[in-house]
Formats: sequence, C-alpha cells, structure tokens
Amino acid sequence: MISAYDISKIVLEQSMRAKVGHIGSSLSIAGILAALFGGVLEGKGPDDPDRDRFVLSKGHAALALYAALHLRGWISAEAMNTYCADGSMLGVHPDSELAGVDFSTGSLGHGLPLAVGAALAARMQRSDRRCFVLVSDAECNEGSLWEAVMLAAHQHLSNLVAIVDMNGQQALGYTKDVLSLEPLPAKWQAFGWDVLEVDGHDVAGLIRAIESLKTRAHAPHVLIARTEFGHGVSYMRSQIKWHYLPMSEADYEDALKDIETLR
Amino acid sequence: MRGAFVRGLVDIAREDERVVLLTADLGFMALEPFAEAYPERFLNVGVAEQDMVGVACGLAEAGFLPFCYSIATFASMRGYEFIRSAAVLHRLPIRVVGVGGGFEYGPAGASHHGLEDIGLMRLQPQICLIAPADYSQTLSAVKATWDLPGPVYYRIGKDDRRKVPGLDGHFELGKPDVLGDGADLLLLSTGAVSVEAAGAVQKLAAKGVRTTLAIVSTLNPSPGADLLALLGDFPVAITVEAHRVSGGLGSLVCEVIAENRLRCQAVRVGVSGPPTAVTGSEAYLLRRHGLDRDSLTTTALNVLAGTYA
Repeated sequence: MISAYDISKIVLEQSMRAKVGHIGSSLSIAGILAALFGGVLEGKGPDDPDRDRFVLSKGHAALALYAALHLRGWISAEAMNTYCADGSMLGVHPDSELAGVDFSTGSLGHGLPLAVGAALAARMQRSDRRCFVLVSDAECNEGSLWEAVMLAAHQHLSNLVAIVDMNGQQALGYTKDVLSLEPLPAKWQAFGWDVLEVDGHDVAGLIRAIESLKTRAHAPHVLIARTEFGHGVSYMRSQIKWHYLPMSEADYEDALKDIETLR
Repeated sequence: MRGAFVRGLVDIAREDERVVLLTADLGFMALEPFAEAYPERFLNVGVAEQDMVGVACGLAEAGFLPFCYSIATFASMRGYEFIRSAAVLHRLPIRVVGVGGGFEYGPAGASHHGLEDIGLMRLQPQICLIAPADYSQTLSAVKATWDLPGPVYYRIGKDDRRKVPGLDGHFELGKPDVLGDGADLLLLSTGAVSVEAAGAVQKLAAKGVRTTLAIVSTLNPSPGADLLALLGDFPVAITVEAHRVSGGLGSLVCEVIAENRLRCQAVRVGVSGPPTAVTGSEAYLLRRHGLDRDSLTTTALNVLAGTYA
C-alpha cells in the first residue's frame, strides 16, 4: 500500500530541501496517485510492455509522481534527493527517460492525446492493459484536450481512464473566475464519456470506483475527482500563492504537523 | 508525389504491421489505397492536427510506426509543439507528412501555402527532414526511411506527374543528388520545385551556360559535408526553394559557405517580403516569386553577368 500521507510528506520534504514551489498542486493529487500506484496500475514493472500506462498530464505536479515511484521502489532515495538540483533528471516536470515515467509532460493539453494513442495501441495489440491519464481542471481550458476527448469517445476507448483533479485553482486565480468550467461532468458526458464524480482524497473510494469501471459503459471513463488544492496543509488550502512559493522553515514545521491528519 | 507516397506506404505496410496511417481528415483521392488495404491501421482523427500528432506519439511509444498526413501548413505548424515536446523529446518514431509545400495549393490562398515547414523542422535537429523532388524519388525516399529510429518530416508534393530528368528515382539519406557537371554555375534545389530548377538548367544550356544541379532532398541529417565539397568548386551558387528564403535550403547553403570561409556567392531564390492577399495558380505564384524556369534562367544569367540586383 502507498498512502497519501507518505506521498504528501515526501512532497513537503523535497520542496523544502529544493526550495521550490508547485506544492499545492502536488498535494491535491497525493490521494489519486496513492490509489493508482498503490493498487490500480498493473504490470510487472516499468519496462513491461504490457503494463498499464500512466500519463501525468498536469506535469507540474511531478514531485508527487516521483514520490509515488520512490515508494514503489523505482526511484532511489539518493535520486529523490537530487530533485531540482543541477544535473538531476528530476525536474519540476517529468521526463520519460526516468524509469516509471511513461511520457514526458509539462505543456498542458498534451497528455490526453498521448493517452488516447496509448489506449488505441493497446486495443490494436489486443492487450488488456489500460491507460490512465491525470489532467488538471484548468487543463480543460486547452482545445487539444477536447480534440482527444472527442476521438476517445468516437473510438469507444473503454480501456482509457481520465481523472480530472478538480481542485478549482489555476495559475492566476480560481477556475470559476478565470474561465468557468462547470458543469464539467455534464460536458464530458455530453462528449460521450462515462462520468463518475468521486472524492479525490478518499483512496479506498477511488480504488473501488476504478474497479467498478470494468463493468460500466463501453466508453472511455472519466473520474471527476473533487480535490482540495494544498490538501492536508491548512494554510495552503485554496491559496493561489502556494502554486508558486517555497516554504520557510516555520511553514515547513507547520505543514509537517498538519499532514499528520492524513495518516 | 503523394500518390507515390501512398503507394510506397501500402507496400511497406504489407511487410511491417507496425505501420499506421493517421489523417486529420485530408487525403481525398489519395489515401484510399491504404485505407482499403489496411482499414484496421487507418485512422481519421477528424480535423484535429494537434491530436493527430499526440495520438501518434502514444501509438509509437507502444511500438507502432505512425504516419500523420495533412497539408504541409497544418501538418507542420498546427501540431508543432506536439512534434517538439512529444515526438522529439521522447525520440519517438512518428512520421509527419506535409503535402503540397510551397504553392501547390495555389488558388486556395495564403493559409494553404506551405512556406515555413522546412525552416521549422530544421530547428529540431533530431527530426529527419526529407523533401523529395519528384514521383520516383518520393517512392525511393519513403522506402529508404520509413523505419528510421526517430521522428521524420516528409515534405511531399501533390502533383504525381513531376519528373526531374536524370534523377531516375535515386535517393540516399543525407546525400544531395548531383546532376550534370557544368562548371559555370551551381544550382541547388529542394522539393517539388526542383523540376523548375531542372528546366532552368536546360534553358541555360541552350544559351551556352554549363550548370551543375544539386537536388537536396535531405536537409536533416545535414548534407553539409557534401555541400561543402560542391560549393568549394563554384564562384556562385543559386538556391531554389518554394519556401521562405530564411530557414530552409538557402540558409543551409549560406551557413556552409560562411562557416567554411568559402569564396562562393550565394543567391537565395525563394519567398521573401510580407505575405500578400494575391493568389493564383501554382505556376503563377512561382513566376511571381521568381521560381519558375524562365525566371530562374534570367536570374542565373544576371548573376553570371554581374547585373543581379
């Protein structure tokens, strides 16, 4: 099992050590990654051609992905401690040269087209593997995402699972103020997807929801995961500045105490 | 030439199950042979070029060799960031096929004139960049390069009747094809406009000017070493491309000359100046930009006479 607490703790430790931001975005997906890497994704390892694929389309939360890969044993503790250091392969956005990272991301709107290709490939190769893609809610501003949404539905790609990290925030404000998305579930549904609304911090519930997809409609699936930006750290909750800022020593101590509630 | 491309691809697909053809809803009267032969490996993604390139990268990661087909402008520009950040950064073997570069979609207007694709692809050194000159060379080029390890961009002409005399379908990756051995002048051309350069060579011969023509069908990997050897033998070289004068073959030739201190004057014939609303047939637009055989002949004579402005 991988816990959201363990991922969140590593996110805080490494952000503090490297003195970089994107903390809130990483904390909001800790539960989703705990569910995926702790129980959902199947395969014999990062080199297994028949492994389930995972695309972190919101690449700016790569630190949470590195944490999950570390907890799976695919990134060493030594490598984790190079996060954002000169010469490291662990940047703010993930690169596929790293074992366990199926696709490099960082430009929003790229992940879903890649995932559609990966799901088509699985079907053409008559494999049961699935493709999971985690997109941010603000990423649904990108036109390329909706191109892929249409193609996936047209192709009935039931081996494709998108998860929208619905934390309500984007770079310059709240999504409702910048470019309103709602009713987002109805939009995906209107485009032909099988839609489930879930609590993005309920790891057991996420695993159950994903398990239930196997018997649902013959269509691509999307989990609209309601999440909280900066989840677990009270002073980061829904605060835009924690998209950017590194923590002070005092912030860090407070954050470590706060996330004890995630245990 | 797109007929040659599809013909070649049908042959290759018979041998290799990894070959997949994607289109962004273009290719009427062109892609049918592939679509009918391999319906399970043909996918129209709709009018969505970015998505097409992204989907191709997802397929390539799993071992497929996806070809992405569209008109050169849309193929090269609409999905450019996907080409860069998905295909190039992942070193995935996708093939982007830009049809009808230059003015081949003449009356369709400026939105359809592919004048920047070569420059854009030259900026990405990992992309193999191939612009065959005629039907036979297109067929040879596709059959020689379809399974290269990284991404490939093909600039493929639309007109299947083009034939450059003496080229005889020859293609070798990274090597210019040198036709003739005239010592007075070197012409270099790339892509489907090469037939005009070849026509100019004949007209110049009739006027007693002995010309060498280099068909540069590969721009990446750089044919720099061969160009260096060629350019060193001539006092003047004229580049011919249905493309902006910056970024393409003319720029490549200038780079080779400048970086090697060659005593060779480069004259770049291509498209310069701001875009205009003026449109017309390909023949008209080539004339307007000095790229037809008559204009090229006049330019060459003026250059040799020292009266080229």
